Amino acid sequence: MLSLTLVLLVSAACEASTDLYVSETPLPPELVRSAVSPVPTPAGSPYTAEEYGHPGIALARSADEPASATDSGESSHHHGGGYKIVQWEWSYVQTPYIIAIWLLVASVAKILFHFSQRFTTVVPESCMLILLGLVLGGIVLMANKKQLYQLDPGLFFLFLLPTIVGDAGYFMPARLFFDNLGAILMYAVVGTLWNAFCTGFCLYGVKLAGVIDDKVEAGLMEFLLFGALISAVDPVAVLAVFEEVHVNEMLFIIVFGESLLNDAVTVVLYKVYISFVEVGPGNVQTADYFKGVASFLIVSIGGTLVGLIFAVILAFVTRFTKKVRIIEPLFVFLLVYLAYLTAELFSLSAILSMTFCGIGCNKYVEANISQKSRTTVKYTMKTLASIAETIIFIFLGISAVDKSKWAWDTGLISCTLIFIFVFRAIGVVGQTWVLNWFRLVPLDKIDQVVMSYGGLRGAVAFALVVLLDGEQVKAKDYFVATTIVVVFFTVMFQGLTIKPLVKWLKVPRSTNRKPTINEEIHERAFDHILTAVEDIAGLNGYHHWRDKWEQFDKNYLSKLLMRKSVYRKSELWEAYQKINIRDAISVIDQGGNVLTSARLSLPSMASRTSFPEVTNVTNYLRENGSGVCLDLQVIDTVPGAKMEEETEMHRALAGNLYKPRKRYQSHYSRHFMTVGEKEKQDREIFQRNMRTRLENFKSTRYKRHKKDRSQKKRKGSDAKEQESSDKPRRNVSWQDKDPVVVPVEFENEKNEQSEPEKDEDVGITFVARKAPETPKERPKSVPAALDVCQSPAIVPPSPTCGEKNLPWKSGVGTLPPCVSVEATKIIPIDLQQAWNQSISSLESLASPPVPLEPQHPRVSALSRLGGPPRPLSTGSVPAPPVTGQFQFPGGKDEEEESALSQQQQEIQPLMSSTRPPPPPPPLPAQPAGKRRNPCVYLRSLVTASPPGSEPHSRGPTQL
Amino acid sequence: MGSTASTLSKIPDVETLMQETGFTPAHMVRLYDRFKALDKERKGHLCPQDFGAIKELAENPIGDRIVGAFFSQGQETLDFHSFVRILAHFRPVDKDRPRDPNVPEPINSRSNKLKFAFQLYDQDKDGKISRAELLQVLRAMLEMQVTEEQLESIADRTIQEADLDRDEAISFDEFRKSLEKVNIDHKMSIRFLR
Repeated sequence: MLSLTLVLLVSAACEASTDLYVSETPLPPELVRSAVSPVPTPAGSPYTAEEYGHPGIALARSADEPASATDSGESSHHHGGGYKIVQWEWSYVQTPYIIAIWLLVASVAKILFHFSQRFTTVVPESCMLILLGLVLGGIVLMANKKQLYQLDPGLFFLFLLPTIVGDAGYFMPARLFFDNLGAILMYAVVGTLWNAFCTGFCLYGVKLAGVIDDKVEAGLMEFLLFGALISAVDPVAVLAVFEEVHVNEMLFIIVFGESLLNDAVTVVLYKVYISFVEVGPGNVQTADYFKGVASFLIVSIGGTLVGLIFAVILAFVTRFTKKVRIIEPLFVFLLVYLAYLTAELFSLSAILSMTFCGIGCNKYVEANISQKSRTTVKYTMKTLASIAETIIFIFLGISAVDKSKWAWDTGLISCTLIFIFVFRAIGVVGQTWVLNWFRLVPLDKIDQVVMSYGGLRGAVAFALVVLLDGEQVKAKDYFVATTIVVVFFTVMFQGLTIKPLVKWLKVPRSTNRKPTINEEIHERAFDHILTAVEDIAGLNGYHHWRDKWEQFDKNYLSKLLMRKSVYRKSELWEAYQKINIRDAISVIDQGGNVLTSARLSLPSMASRTSFPEVTNVTNYLRENGSGVCLDLQVIDTVPGAKMEEETEMHRALAGNLYKPRKRYQSHYSRHFMTVGEKEKQDREIFQRNMRTRLENFKSTRYKRHKKDRSQKKRKGSDAKEQESSDKPRRNVSWQDKDPVVVPVEFENEKNEQSEPEKDEDVGITFVARKAPETPKERPKSVPAALDVCQSPAIVPPSPTCGEKNLPWKSGVGTLPPCVSVEATKIIPIDLQQAWNQSISSLESLASPPVPLEPQHPRVSALSRLGGPPRPLSTGSVPAPPVTGQFQFPGGKDEEEESALSQQQQEIQPLMSSTRPPPPPPPLPAQPAGKRRNPCVYLRSLVTASPPGSEPHSRGPTQL
Repeated sequence: MGSTASTLSKIPDVETLMQETGFTPAHMVRLYDRFKALDKERKGHLCPQDFGAIKELAENPIGDRIVGAFFSQGQETLDFHSFVRILAHFRPVDKDRPRDPNVPEPINSRSNKLKFAFQLYDQDKDGKISRAELLQVLRAMLEMQVTEEQLESIADRTIQEADLDRDEAISFDEFRKSLEKVNIDHKMSIRFLR
């Protein structure tokens, strides 16, 4: 058998395998050495040695001569009794170590296979893994004269199989699955029964005829048992092979669905026959057959029910994980796995249970959990399934290299091979013929050929046959050998040839194409049409029942299992957003700029055409990639066109560029994720919107030419913004992220504000009152009602920090009205609740929330500390429009324009710097200005602000 | 199936109808029974009110449009022949039958199926799905689940995606193109019981 292995290896000579073989060959001497005599191994090699070394020997070594190991370590060692600095703790880490090493080997093997693109397109990975397993098995065998590893059924059924089935079930395309459920069930139940009985009986017949050697001591029951376990199509093998073949979805789902659902049949047949074998064929009574049938019903239906129950539990649990997003994925894994274990516990069909749990919960869970959790679930499941599959195939290979399993009987093996192939083909053709009477989309000849050929046997059969009791089933060794050969033949030979076959037969391939929004819409419409037509024609067909189910789902299940916030979301809308995001990503991938190209490529968003001027400037700047930096340190005292331009640019950038992001935030909470960058950006966008809204409001005072439609539209978009505010706006398309002006009235804003944004709300409620004196007292005199219902404050331009501090920049610039928001924003996330509470408690008092109104931090900081160490003091900086040398035409115009307006005169900006230096503000100066703060010194000012001056405890600043 | 023959004989011009629609005699009998069941007053034709009696149809968001599609323009009644002809749109395509270029396209051809779907959108029969028409359908199908704003952005996007000649509407050709990759034969067919 070993020579066979080598022959196989050589015949399949290829880069990967030879590579591997070469790389493994140097090991044996070391292995032998390390296993036989525990000499200290060179520093570099202990890992590889341990990998193959017998655990027991290693253990002994670690017990006897712990000191010897220290040689390999580089640390100094003191011999003799007493304290040892370095100890060899192999026995302590042995089990996890071996597991980890095996996983590593499997993973590295995968990497190696995929080095050669050309090669992997021809040879399926599963074949390569089995070959690798054979090689590794051979090495272990040569080293130890005995096979140490094999695919342990316990390990397989409890750990490896569930990961694969869980992945398959959870990501099963539900619609496709249920569309073809009839065919799948037919093949899974009838087909498997047919295969099992025919194979069993025919093998028995062949045995009677004398083709099978007499050494194979097996009667009818044994052969039926063997037929049962060998006849089931294996999900692992099917998945591994078909994933690379890419046949069309329908064909795939039928074969794969069959391989999953036939589990119940296999389990029952297996158990029934084992009990028959135990009591002896003669003692089987008629009642036992009926018990078998009943058992089948219980195992299959019970398994399905257990799965569905767990699906409901899982979906229901994820409804309430909003606060513990971080363990959301864990719930998914745990409950899906528990579905499997529970079914095993009651000896029901575990695969069926897990599959239906996955299918059932997917829709609700995906809707409930966050985007990040979805990604986590997806990748973790895929990783686990992939590694489990790899391990399974490697271990299948290793298990084959075992002297105890070499009970070869040519007659049995060849007959089995022939029978399973022939009966599979006959079964498929016969069942398809029946099915095609009922199917809307008939399965044609080519489909039948692929289905027959795709009936792969795999690890399930192997694990089942290994589980047989050698005492009861005398021919166990023969069965094991036969099973191994059958598995290898189907996986390797059929797996290798199915690709060319599919190509040759021109089987329609699956297109990995995502549906367009048109298709999404029209297909939904088609569903409704077909349902209606079925109703009109009086046919209670498939669409009728599907529609009934959807109604039920919508009216009851979704209500029960989905969060309220997501329940209201439509699938079509989700699809739309997915498509949008995909587009945006592809735009970015092509090197485009979302802000510009998204708008260019989506001209249909005509309703958003009225971008504010500033945004266009920004876009213009970005488009041209001009090297404008925020930090205009160059002091150019000559006022002129250039200056004006620069100032404008500066303001545009300061107002519209997003904050530079901190790449890595240090956060130490294990239980909460800090607010993601995205969320921050969302807030920034929100602030931006608010500001532009205010600006717009201002401008509409002059010219009331706003288009009603666009206004309405934006209102909607705003509502949406709030709707998705509990999730960090993952669904919002890129266009929405543009700093769109949202000229919504404040009242709307107020009413629509959803809870999570309350804090921001409070921050924004600053109302500029008519030019009062001290900003500190003024807000308190404002009735709360006014705050809420007042039209938005108009904030005339006031200098940005840079402008204030650079002497040539004065008298211009808009102080964004969102400063206070920023102040709020800086509250660390874990203090936000306290913050909210304090705010609400304040609100409940007679005094309006305005007192919280933070002073513009910069202003306050500056004032407190006696102004910046610059030629211009704070007081004089903002000196309205006309301050000779620092005046800019543009800024002046703006100022004058605003000065013209009456509102402007009435409502002075809260933070208007014309005011005398204010006393310490109610809130500490927050580093609000860091976004456009080119002056480093400000930071120190800001952080130096006295912490005791605020009424509410606030967290440390984020600076 | 003696009753089949006797029922068939009651249907006028049944041979040509079967020829035209491709329904088998068993289908015809079944549909005739259904027709009679719907026609409660035994008028020999159906009117929109008769469809209103089908309670599942009331739950269908675009049920009224589908009922409307059964009645050709301006007509208030529907005789058995038209009834069968409309339903024949949804017969699965029979692959075995070789296409004879001389024979006019069967009712259940791909483009006829698409035409049926198209006219459900195109209520004003101007050969184009306008933005407003699309919005109506979307609104019906999505019910209360989305805001008007979301509906509009979906509609915008849909039109923009399908609209090749930039006229802000989807013509039939554009409609067909946008569904080029969809297996209409599968998605717009019903398995009529034999």
